[in-house]
Order: sequence, then C-alpha cells, then structure tokens
Amino acid sequence: MTATVTPSSGHKTGDVEKTDNGGARGRRFPRIPDRIRQGGLPYLLLLPAVVLELLVHIIPMVIGIWVSFRQLTQFFIRNWGNSPSAGFDNYKVAIDFDAPIGQALLHSFLVTCAFTVLSVGLSWLLGVAAAIMLQENFRGRSILRTIFLVPYALPVYAAVITWAFMFQHDNGVINHVLHDQLGLTDKPSFWLIGNNSFIALVIVSLWKSWPFAFLMLMAALQNIPRDLYEAASIDGAGIWQQIRKITLPSLRPVNQVLVLVLFLWTFNDFNTPYVLFGKSAPEAADLISIHIYQSSFVTWNFGSGSAMSVLLLLFLLLVTAVYLLITSRGRKGTDV
Amino acid sequence: MSSPRSPMAPPQSFLWTRRVVLTVLAVFALLPVYVMVSSSLKPLQDVSGKFQWIPTNLTIRPYFDIWKTVPLAKYFVNSLIVAGAATVLSVVIAVFAAYAVSRYKFRGKRTFTITVLSTQMFPGILFLLPLFLIFVNIGNSTGIELYGSRAGLILTYLTFSLPFSIWMLIGYFDSIPRELDEAAMVDGCGPIRALFQVVVPAAVPGIVAVAVYAFMTAWGEVLFASVMTDDQTRTLAVGLQGYATQNDVYWNQIMAASLVVSVPVVVGFLLLQRYLVAGLTAGAVK
Repeated sequence: MTATVTPSSGHKTGDVEKTDNGGARGRRFPRIPDRIRQGGLPYLLLLPAVVLELLVHIIPMVIGIWVSFRQLTQFFIRNWGNSPSAGFDNYKVAIDFDAPIGQALLHSFLVTCAFTVLSVGLSWLLGVAAAIMLQENFRGRSILRTIFLVPYALPVYAAVITWAFMFQHDNGVINHVLHDQLGLTDKPSFWLIGNNSFIALVIVSLWKSWPFAFLMLMAALQNIPRDLYEAASIDGAGIWQQIRKITLPSLRPVNQVLVLVLFLWTFNDFNTPYVLFGKSAPEAADLISIHIYQSSFVTWNFGSGSAMSVLLLLFLLLVTAVYLLITSRGRKGTDV
Repeated sequence: MSSPRSPMAPPQSFLWTRRVVLTVLAVFALLPVYVMVSSSLKPLQDVSGKFQWIPTNLTIRPYFDIWKTVPLAKYFVNSLIVAGAATVLSVVIAVFAAYAVSRYKFRGKRTFTITVLSTQMFPGILFLLPLFLIFVNIGNSTGIELYGSRAGLILTYLTFSLPFSIWMLIGYFDSIPRELDEAAMVDGCGPIRALFQVVVPAAVPGIVAVAVYAFMTAWGEVLFASVMTDDQTRTLAVGLQGYATQNDVYWNQIMAASLVVSVPVVVGFLLLQRYLVAGLTAGAVK
C-alpha cells in the first residue's frame, strides 16, 4: 500500500536539498544512496512516533509477555519486578480445559466467537442494505444518511447505558412493547441476566457497528463508474440484477478490509459488555475482554490475566494472517 | 450530488423494499435516542414505573439535578482535557510520521508500518495491565504519579488513536500527488515547509477525519478510564455510573446526562461528517 510510488521521489528530494547548500556535490557523487542524501530527516520526522510507539505499545507488550510467566498477585503489585517466576504455569492453567479456570476461559472464548460472527455478519448485512438503498438520489436521502450515522456518533457509554435502560425488567421499553403492547411473552423477560443477555449484547453491538459498515460501503459505492449501470441497463438488466452483478462484486475489496476491521473491533470490544453488565458479565455473555479484565483487576491475578491476553493476541494474529492470505490470493493481479 | 444511475425508473418491488428497509433501519437507529430524550424529561417516579412512550408529566428538573447528584462539570472538564490532548498529540505526531513514510524511502520503513498496523488490532486489555504496572513502578521510584493522573490517561489513549492516525494519514498522503510538494521544493521550500504549506492543506479532510475519530474514541473510552482514574481525574465514561446509587437508579438523570455528554460529539461529528467520509474514502477504501 505504501511502498508503491517511492523510488523516484526520494531521489529528487535529495537533489533539491543538495543544490540548496552547494549544488556541485550532488552532481559529483550521483550514486550516493538515497538514505544518506536525505540525511536523517525521515528518521527525525519519525522520532516522536517511534518514541511513543515504544512507550505505549512495544514496552508494555514486552512487560505483558514477561508478566505472563510470573506469579503476579496483589501481594506483589507494588514490587512486581520481584514477583516469583511461574514458568509456563499460567499458560498451563489457562488451557487446562478440565479445570475451572481453563473451562471458563474456553467458554468465554466460544461465546466471543459466536457473538463476533453474529454481530459482524448482521452489521455487514444491514450496512450493505442501507448503502445500496441510499445509492440512488431521492428525496430524504441525506436526512436518512445522517440518521444512520447517529449510532456511530454517540459516545459508547451514553448509548449503551440507554440500551441498558431499555432492557430493564420493570421499566424498560423492550418489555413494555413485547409484553404489554404486543403480548408476545407470558411475563416480562429478564434481558441483562441469564441466557437472554447474549441476545441483548448482540443487538446493542449490532446497533453500534452497522453504521460503520454503512459508512465504508457508502464511500465505496461512490467509486463505481456510472457507465457500468447504464450499459447494463441498456442490455436490459433490471435493478436487482444490477445490484447482484455490478454493485456487490465491486464491493469486494472494501468488504475484505471492512470485515477484518469489524472482526477485530468486535472481538476485542470491552466497552459494550462493561457498560451493559458491569464488572462481571452473565455467563451467557461473558466476552473474553471482560473475562480477562475480571481475572486481572477483580481477582487480582495479573500473571494469569496476562497469559490469557497473550493467548488472545496469538489467536488474533493467526486469524488475521490466515484471512490476509486468503483474501490476497483472491485478488492477485488486480491489486498492488 | 449523484445522478440517477439508471435511465429506467426502478420497479415497484425495489421501491417498496427500499421503503421498508430504510424505515426499519431508521427506527432501529433512532429508538435509543428517542428513549434518551423522552425519559430525560420525566420525573423519577415516571421512569421507575412502566415505560411511557409519551411523557405525561414533562419536566426539565433532571437537567438541573444532574450537576448536583454527580460532579458532572468536573468530569466534563476532565474528558475535554484528556480527549483534546490525546487528539492533538496523536494528530501532530501522526502527520510527521505519515509524511516520512509517504514521501521518503529509508531503512526500517517496512518494520515501522507493519508494527503500527499490527498494534492496531491488539485488544486494549493487553496494554492495560502492563501500562498499569509501569505507572505503579514510575510512581514508586520517581514519585511522579502517572496512575490516576490525566497525563497517564492521555498517554494510554495514544495506544489506539496513534496507530489509527498514522495508518489513515499514510493512505491519505499517498493519495496527494507528490508533484505538488516536489514543485514547492523546487521553488526553494524545505521539506518541512513543503509539508506545512502544501501537503497539510491538501490533506485537511484526512486530518479532520483522523482528529474526529481520535476525539470520539477518547471521549467514549471506558476501559482505561475506569482503571486509570481517581476521584479527581474521573472522566464522563466512568462518572455516569454515579447516578445509580444504592437506593435508587436515577434513570431520568442518567438519560439527561447521557444526552448532555453526547451533544458535543454528535454535533461535531455531523458538522464534520463530510470530511470523515472523504477521509475514509481516501485512507481506507482504496
């Protein structure tokens, strides 16, 4: 993506700089490598970013991996450098699916997978539907576009807390509609505890993330050349056929980025379950991020929590690598 | 903006599908907003009982009470400072870094971009534990209390805003023809002047998009805010929980406060959404 257009430009910039302070040298040594002629400028520009990346990403990650091999409980927090070594114990415990901790981790991993597949799939579906329906110009189009973006713009906690209110047992709008107004349920349901909590979580997550899919797909639809539709229409293709044969295939490159991004965001989402359920989620909606948070900051076992984080990270890396491999093979030749 | 795409009028089946789909989606998108607004205008006993679609006893009391039940103004200021500083820092730093990556060839470039790209996918929880430990350590050894401070929170917010900003801006800068800044340099500009006089002005939509995104995520962030703040530095994300007391949950005040904290970002977003779409298009949808 980034390295496509560089070769010639570095050269030219170098020339210009040199002519500024004594043009002769540039001509006398025409084959000096780019990076010397540019001097340290790119590195200087990069310096603040590198320092901060080290500070907020690289060093914490190294420490996180180190901690995952330690017995770091609340007794050692003040002096965590001296916590006793745990070898691979934290990992062994985490993946021992017969024991309680491993079992709970596996359960929350599976819940997260199911949740992610549902939420991402439905978000994509709603996003595509909305983008296609709004592709053409008609009265009310721009108002609808604004309305659809509202869930994206609202701060997560304000929106999710409103959903928590809507899902309340006694005074929530959901039970009011389902039970009092439509009579669909015998008695008002509990939405934030028990098995229904999974449904509640998916609905809130879907509500929050489909507008992003819509936004991306809408942008992508603007890039489809109009002549394609005109040609198809002259050949007698109806609008449904145009959607199937032109619109959907043209979205493929964007879909690939979009699905990956949605997957990573949804899989790692902490804010939604935390605001909806609090520090510990009901078993049916025990997402992995909350689960790790709980084993680290509620039961104060940082070593175990770190080991789970590292396992999660390895899983995400694996999925992303496989995904990128599959999608890049699909578009070999068409893309850079 | 866009012309009708086909010379033929769409068939009835399409028009009806469109009406139904768009109506359902609009209701879905706006339902919480309606609940938020209408419930914020009800007295406490009305939000505690059965839900009413139309408020019977309209009141604006909750909008006055929210500032007293919880020190909302203080949280508001904290959120503004933290989100604002995180936004400015990540945008400025990302502009320099993205310019270097987009315009120069140098050793380590690939490593840098891959690192930035990959950190974007890591879960926040992964950085939370170690950053917490680092802050504790720095506090113990130097006396500088990062844990619980605004500066500490700002720093942690860079974990998600910085990689996103760099990644988006590289894409955006790449879409600006390099002949533009090369011409400026031929005219005698240094590279830094070319950046500020040519590239940055041409990249305004991308920069605004990145800034909006960084501000919005920092304003809505819950995880770091709930672990890394104390009474003095609490942000809105955590402060809103204060309306649920042992005896009562002040749902009308929660809804009023939610609306108040949403207004700045929603207004900002709607004003700048044009840029956001343009920024996303150039940066990500290529």
